[in-house]
Amino acid sequence: MSSGEQHRGGLGTDVVVYLCLLGIAGLQIVLAYSGNEGRGLAARLLVVAIIQAFIAVLFFMHLRAERRSLVVFIAVFTLFVLAAMQYGWTDSFRIINGVPFTRLH
Amino acid sequence: MSEANLTLGGHGAGLSEASPFSIPAKKLAMWLFIISDAATFGAVLVAYGFLRNATPNWPAPFKFSPSILNVMVMTFILISSSLTMLICVRAAQAGDRAKALRWILITAAGGAIFALLHIREWLSLIDEGVRLFQNPWGSGLFGAAFFSVTGLHLLHVSVGVVALTVVGLRYKGGRYNADDIEITGLYWHFVDIVWMFVVPLVYLLSIAR
Repeated sequence: MSSGEQHRGGLGTDVVVYLCLLGIAGLQIVLAYSGNEGRGLAARLLVVAIIQAFIAVLFFMHLRAERRSLVVFIAVFTLFVLAAMQYGWTDSFRIINGVPFTRLH
Repeated sequence: MSEANLTLGGHGAGLSEASPFSIPAKKLAMWLFIISDAATFGAVLVAYGFLRNATPNWPAPFKFSPSILNVMVMTFILISSSLTMLICVRAAQAGDRAKALRWILITAAGGAIFALLHIREWLSLIDEGVRLFQNPWGSGLFGAAFFSVTGLHLLHVSVGVVALTVVGLRYKGGRYNADDIEITGLYWHFVDIVWMFVVPLVYLLSIAR
């Protein structure tokens, strides 16, 4: 979208998205008290948070109105960096736990 | 080649190129900052997750009242401040400087209230005995991890409040334009998005049952 141009959709769209985000935030609280614990709960909460962030980026940060090349650049760059980071974190996890090497002794 | 480019020995050729992705350079700079900041928060949150997962006696100190209720109010304020920021951006794009200033100050006020509530939450935990490397409930790493994640976010909110106020006043004074308001808005929405990950990972996975 060119600079200074009005964003697509009116204030009505913004309010609907705002209510959606509030609803999703409420859903997270419900999930947290649903009785589930551990990895299952963590995975559900993370998926809900990703959906919430995706909606906010598209509608609040107006990425959906930007050029496709910018959207692809941001998505690929961000996801690559976040994914590449996990390559190193797994080793940190091994150091914290002292596994698998300490279990050999 | 123009005379100016000839004078510059051809190096001026870039001056006539279109801006990357057809957006203003400062908006692209903000997107690049947001990407790098997303990596920073990603690293901090993943580190928190790994640490929590690897520590058997990780404390779960957050009771529904007051902690989770406080978090719910903070979330409501932050998401609402994103809406007020959108209203501000629309006003700025319509050229209504007074309305834009009003809404950006409302947004900044929301951020300030969020920061105060967050500091109150911190003080409450400190009162209960949480320190950087010790607490009454379990692993001493909890304090360092909790204060690092929430502190980094609180720092972003505080900087955002200052930035919103300064940009709003300068826009009203005619020194900044609607693009500057929109770019500041991008930063504010990003701070909001980060909070969407902090709440489940830090608070909701450590509720007292």
